[in-house]
Amino acid sequence: MKEKFNVVGKPVIREDGKAKVTGQAKFADDYKFPNMIFGVMVRTKATHAIIKKIDYSEIENDKHIITIVDAKDIKGLKKTGLIRKDQPVFAFEKIVTPGDVVAMLLGEDEDKLRLLAKKVKVELEELPVLNDPEKALNEDSPLIHPEFGSNLIVHHPLRKGDIEKGFAESDFILEQTYTTPHIEHAYLEPECVIAIPLGEKGIHIIGSIQNPFTARRIVAEVINYPLNKVKIEQAELGGSFGGKDDLMCILSARAAVAALKTNRPVKIRYTREESILESYKRHPYRMHYKVGYTKDGKIKAMKIDILADGGAYCSMTPFVTWRSVVQATGPYEIENVWTDVRGVYTNNPYTGAMRGFGSPQIIFAQESLMDDIAVHLGITPDEIRRINGYRQGSITASGQRLENHEVNLLKVLDTACNETNFREKWIENEKHHNRRIPTIEFKENILKRNLILSKNEFINPDDIIKKGIGLAVSFRGSSLGAEGIDAAASYLSIQNDGSAYLLCGLAENGQGMRTAYAIIVSEILGIPVENIYYLEMTTAHIPDSGPTVASRSTIMGGGAVKNSAEILRKRFEDFLKDYWKLNENDLIVFENNEVYVKGKENLKLSFPEFANLAYKNGICLSSIGWYPGPKIHWEEETGHGSAYFTYVYGCQVAEVRVNIITGEVYVDRVTAVHDPGKVINLLGALGQVYGGVTQGVGYAIFEELDKHNGLPRELNFDQYIIPTSKDVGEIIPIFVEGKDEFGPWGAKSLGEPTLELTAAAINNAIRNAVGERYFNLPVNLEEVLLKRKLRPEDLKRGSL
Amino acid sequence: MKSKSIKKVKVKFKLNGKELELETKPNKRLLDLLRDDLNLTGTKEGCSIGECGACTVIMNGKAVNSCLVLAGEINNSEIITIEGIAQNGNLHPLQENFLKYGAVQCGFCTPGMILSAYALLRVNPEPDEETIKEAIAGNLCRCTGYKQIIEAIKHSTKITDG
Repeated sequence: MKEKFNVVGKPVIREDGKAKVTGQAKFADDYKFPNMIFGVMVRTKATHAIIKKIDYSEIENDKHIITIVDAKDIKGLKKTGLIRKDQPVFAFEKIVTPGDVVAMLLGEDEDKLRLLAKKVKVELEELPVLNDPEKALNEDSPLIHPEFGSNLIVHHPLRKGDIEKGFAESDFILEQTYTTPHIEHAYLEPECVIAIPLGEKGIHIIGSIQNPFTARRIVAEVINYPLNKVKIEQAELGGSFGGKDDLMCILSARAAVAALKTNRPVKIRYTREESILESYKRHPYRMHYKVGYTKDGKIKAMKIDILADGGAYCSMTPFVTWRSVVQATGPYEIENVWTDVRGVYTNNPYTGAMRGFGSPQIIFAQESLMDDIAVHLGITPDEIRRINGYRQGSITASGQRLENHEVNLLKVLDTACNETNFREKWIENEKHHNRRIPTIEFKENILKRNLILSKNEFINPDDIIKKGIGLAVSFRGSSLGAEGIDAAASYLSIQNDGSAYLLCGLAENGQGMRTAYAIIVSEILGIPVENIYYLEMTTAHIPDSGPTVASRSTIMGGGAVKNSAEILRKRFEDFLKDYWKLNENDLIVFENNEVYVKGKENLKLSFPEFANLAYKNGICLSSIGWYPGPKIHWEEETGHGSAYFTYVYGCQVAEVRVNIITGEVYVDRVTAVHDPGKVINLLGALGQVYGGVTQGVGYAIFEELDKHNGLPRELNFDQYIIPTSKDVGEIIPIFVEGKDEFGPWGAKSLGEPTLELTAAAINNAIRNAVGERYFNLPVNLEEVLLKRKLRPEDLKRGSL
Repeated sequence: MKSKSIKKVKVKFKLNGKELELETKPNKRLLDLLRDDLNLTGTKEGCSIGECGACTVIMNGKAVNSCLVLAGEINNSEIITIEGIAQNGNLHPLQENFLKYGAVQCGFCTPGMILSAYALLRVNPEPDEETIKEAIAGNLCRCTGYKQIIEAIKHSTKITDG
């Protein structure tokens, strides 16, 4: 294993940075084409209804309308979906959620079209609305998608050991129920896509697309074209966090259908309101945990029942809930486990991939539970985790032995505890749980007294502000796991002057992937990062590498890039050995834009000289790298198997203050200790931690997408509140770089682990501050004060 | 009132240092004037209601949401967009530091963020951390958690525009 690095692990400036700070970077809506028209959506007011008739008579002759497209214009599949084909491109049988689109108006004046869209008359037969996932499973509930025979989308069971025996051997049993809400991705750039018809050459699509290859598959099957005639190009992506997948595929398909019908470039761009209305969300979970443990703190049995609200369409629900079933116990070795995770159709906004992908929910539950066990047994939160936490060789709930990588769970835990002085602070805070709100008592007649308070009548701020510290730990499978095919490709081409083109089949979502890849090439071939030009991502120029999800770009794409660079390095070394007549033992070094033989100073070329020489000698200067993930397996019936080929570990400690009069929680500091494997770009890695933790703070104390009859109440940033610059205190990232045989030099995953722990750590810190446990995210003001959420339909909600 | 009946007006203003005179409907948003008519697409639209700050530009020295400013209001004003703060091909120190401190991820909020900081530094060349946070509190970012942005602005202090 390489130990000394020239570029890897250092802070490197983003390759796309200059374009982004000068306003030159082109996002989808920045593209304009001659003759381009706009597509505007037609929706109904219904949540669940049968479509009887769509009547365009009032608008079809309007001069602003070039044409109208709906399901009748689709030549290929009318319904699509990444896992289950249940989502119509244009709704034609039923409306199943308020975001549904029945048609699209095409014209040059977008504003006019928006007005006309309201004049389309859709005749509907309303059906009962299902908003509660539990009720959706009742036998007499209407089926949202009758063709699938059930509102149950998926059920993942996991059985290990003998659950009843485990409970019988336990000294104590604790049962708790936790809930989490719908969460909006809130990428700053709303969705936008442009489809350009190319005649015989097919169709070219440019958009804010997270997964170009997925979009290509969906578009191709909707317009009935072969894959090679659908070219998807990714514009600069203004944030995604898992959110620009399914919907962007559908928008690409709508734009393509319209472009082929009109033979003109068609742009669709969403307002923020449309974006929040139609895009998918993070799954709300209802989680019931029953745990048995001994008086020594050893967990003997854990029974978990989870219901996930999948909303109106299947989307990624089967995979999101699968990650949950694998990781639901947390990183604890437990002999007897019985887990059921179900995903259910409702008429709520549909739910799919979002950074974390089924882990933030279960971590909130299981880590709250672990703290409660510790408190019950009179030990500290770190101790209960040390007793049960994974070590080298531990067996997971699915029966996988953790080996072939450093199992650093206890190392990240210890690092975080030492760094924050966790135990001492936690014990101290536990002594101050008096939640009595201080009041001033006037002994004399208030009318006669001097109303200026004397010093001893002031409320001491310490009496209303309580300090708390809390921690959470996790293990997380890297990449897709047994969800699907897992491989990635890379193209590297050195030019005669020593500069290079680089491209990987994964897509830049803003995370800094392209820069990490340039660093990897630089490390192997010694080419300066700034001499590497990262090519535009289109599906036409690189093999399908699967989706850019599951924190897999560094481990998988990085693996592919490393492979392509190593292919060239081997080829170059073979050439030089021959050219310079070297011995087998001579060591050729590629660094700082030079090539030389160690110990033989006369054998040295600048990399540009070398590239030119190699080219003139007929050496191919380009390569395609490939990185397939190792084999893994999963048994659906029992939940047994090696779910992921490797794992990462993290521990976050949150320090908060709680105002017990207002219910406000101030997040003063989050110490985030992560083992992502080898860090490739320190600047990018730090950015992942800061950003992930901040999203986690939003999840913990602010964010909730509330619905009324399936319709999101918060349709813009005036109501859907995400953290601002003033809402989060210090964030202290610490990396513990564990060794691993997979990924480039053991580099694994970081993007999602950073987010998944924060809400759980904050919830534990709040408990440490006030002595109360909260079971329902977000732990906002009313949750802290009233232990319930206030809704607009509540009467007198201000005076409770 | 139908928009048809609104007459175009002549507006004269300074954009990124250059005098400009053009005819426009007075009820057009400054954001659309910049993006659609002048092709300055560095100014972004994120929410259209003045909440996210992605469309921030400098108007008469102040950071404003260009989605809330109408073309009729800009007569005789001075507007600076993200395209206008680099001088003679050299990045502004704020731009340099945004790169150096890793303040950019997806980059969609970046132009607005830089311009809010630019407006702050013009009136307060040495702001403390709380003042910096306040100055960019109207610019939402979902990627960075703001830390590296604050760091970049902190290291750009004592530098006036120029």
